[in-house]
Amino acid sequence: MLAEAWRYLVAHPAPFATALAVHVALSAAALAIAAFVAIPAAIAANRRPALAIALANSANVGRTLPSLAVLALVMPVLGTGFVPSLLALTLLALPPIVQNTLAGLRSVEADIVDAARGMGMTAREILRRVELPIALPAIFAGLRTAAVQVVSGAVLAAFIGGGGLGDFITAGIAMMALPQLLVGAIPVTLLALGVDFGFGALQRRLTPAGLRA
Amino acid sequence: MAWLVRNADQVAIAFVQHVGISLSALAIAFALALPIGVWAARNARVQAVALGVAGFLYTIPTLAFLALLIPVVGLGPANAIIAMVAFSLIVLIRNIATGIRQVPPDVVDAARGMGMSATQVLLRVELPLAVPLIIAGLRVAAVTVISVSVVAAYVNAGGLGTLIFNGIATDHPPKIWSGAIAACALAIAVDASLSALERRVRRRRMA
Amino acid sequence: MIALDGVRKRFAGATTAAVDGVSLDVAAGEICVLIGPSGCGKTTTMRMINRMIDPDEGRILVDGRDIARVDPVELRRGIGYVIQQVGLFPHLTIAENVATVPRLLGWSAARVTQRVDELLALVDMDPALYRARFPRELSGGQKQRVGVARALAADPPLLLMDEPFGALDPLTRAALQDEFLRLLRELSKTIVFVTHDMDEALKLGTRIAVLREGRVVQYDTPAQLLAHPADAFVESFVGEDRALKRLALMTASRYAVPMALDAGAHRLQAGASLRDALALLLQDGARPLAVIDTRDVVVGGLDLQTIRAALAAAPSM
Repeated sequence: MLAEAWRYLVAHPAPFATALAVHVALSAAALAIAAFVAIPAAIAANRRPALAIALANSANVGRTLPSLAVLALVMPVLGTGFVPSLLALTLLALPPIVQNTLAGLRSVEADIVDAARGMGMTAREILRRVELPIALPAIFAGLRTAAVQVVSGAVLAAFIGGGGLGDFITAGIAMMALPQLLVGAIPVTLLALGVDFGFGALQRRLTPAGLRA
Repeated sequence: MAWLVRNADQVAIAFVQHVGISLSALAIAFALALPIGVWAARNARVQAVALGVAGFLYTIPTLAFLALLIPVVGLGPANAIIAMVAFSLIVLIRNIATGIRQVPPDVVDAARGMGMSATQVLLRVELPLAVPLIIAGLRVAAVTVISVSVVAAYVNAGGLGTLIFNGIATDHPPKIWSGAIAACALAIAVDASLSALERRVRRRRMA
Repeated sequence: MIALDGVRKRFAGATTAAVDGVSLDVAAGEICVLIGPSGCGKTTTMRMINRMIDPDEGRILVDGRDIARVDPVELRRGIGYVIQQVGLFPHLTIAENVATVPRLLGWSAARVTQRVDELLALVDMDPALYRARFPRELSGGQKQRVGVARALAADPPLLLMDEPFGALDPLTRAALQDEFLRLLRELSKTIVFVTHDMDEALKLGTRIAVLREGRVVQYDTPAQLLAHPADAFVESFVGEDRALKRLALMTASRYAVPMALDAGAHRLQAGASLRDALALLLQDGARPLAVIDTRDVVVGGLDLQTIRAALAAAPSM
């Protein structure tokens, strides 16, 4: 069975490479955009309690929404293809990054911020030298969660014409062709595991030495 | 939304299917996770292995998992339920184990000192005190399961996803909207009610 | 060096003012202790000096400058700030923690390193051992030493300290208080020190301001405070045992008088306090004590009568 899948892959290198490239591109782009939006938003919200609560609540709700439902909601509005898929995946990636960044910033004890302020640090210096370094492990935990979610969601992008490895899976299921199915399912699983592991390692590396338990 | 009114029965059937399959999966997942979680609370190595395996399963993309199950169990609800159970294990095991571990040692000590057997301590002291965290875990698991259910329609498991897939295939936006919004509404409602339950249960334990 | 003039502060939503017309002056080199019950406004007052809080009314002058006109950030970089929970940065080493303000001021790396080592040695923490450690590896007392070192790093003339030793156990607290006094003898700083512990205030303060409900009830030297409490509140705040507290501030050598002493009389060091003398006297059926200097020469004697007379005389500190 695996041998058949391998033979199928070897016979169709180009479609596979394209699907893989699209999948990675979708995932990476969605994660990057989400990070560029969510992290600054969480940082800004951290200073204003009312905004922080609103943002946290939105993220909580966003986190519960079924991934396929979000993709499906985007389709009637924006059509099918790469861009609508990218938008939907970005939306899926926002909540975990927001939640974890907020949690990370909130974990900085009030005394530490008070001492920093009392010593004469500006707000920006406090953020850069104290709050962000301490919150960094949590931020990366959020990025890791979002990354896996996005890789998984990108599989579903096949349903709205986004391309990616999901195409092989859906084609395989539709035609009851196991080799094709495996050519989609196994690489994407490996991709997800790899991303999870990679971000985990990155998170550990970036944790300041003083904070490692 | 006229479509929705005219076809409310279709949506209702899909909804009921969806809830049914989600509940079954959740029940099975909890039944599995409970003994594992209790064991993991007592044994650090078991915890590491259990969380490692469950974490691995959780990382597998949903559709890939469902697809990989086809050669094994074919299409249909069974396929979906296995996937849903697999994805829920990590959060349930982790929360059960942590919930039990967080019970203050002096409380357990007092209970044992009063003459309770290990089982009684577990059932009357540890698990009751772990309930808030367990409900928190069930909440995340429920939302996960609902989300997987939507995709599982593709492998003939029924549920609200059928409306979505059908709608996409026939290019019928109202159907797509109905399925997607109903799924979102279900997820939000379940999350909100379990959240409220968690808060109530937590408050009672603080008193 | 510091002058507070009619300072008032009421927080939003509060019915009464936290600080209600406080006027104080602190001379350079003094330790001004702010003391009072919970909610009396001592911490709020202190935090207005480095503009962590801004007053509603009144002026605060530091070194002749009205601080309302000074940029808060610039002001704070010139004032040392020590709080009860210390607030060490957990993600930085001890050396990096101490180096914080010098780095903010742009000192050269070499100068910073030298200064860090100097300060760690000053607070009795071997730089070689502690430079690269992290806050989580230190005990409470060690953390606060680092906190003090960090506050002194840029050599500010003024230090603000908010119950810095409050979170420590009594033994560590006493040790740190002694060390702090010793340290101050080597440096010359002006200190504003908040505490709720009367013994600490009497031990450390040059002058003590007793606050109540946002106002200064009395501002005096420890001896004056003990001898002449301004009202019943101060009296009860100072404590029932203020006679003993006063005796603790008076040295034996000052009050010893020539008198006939037995050969077997107990000997008391000249630097000991009259309270120690009293304790010794009570132990031994009130037989007169011999007060001796560092060379073991008897400089005089003390008995119950002399001690009572010393208390009755006007305090001279």
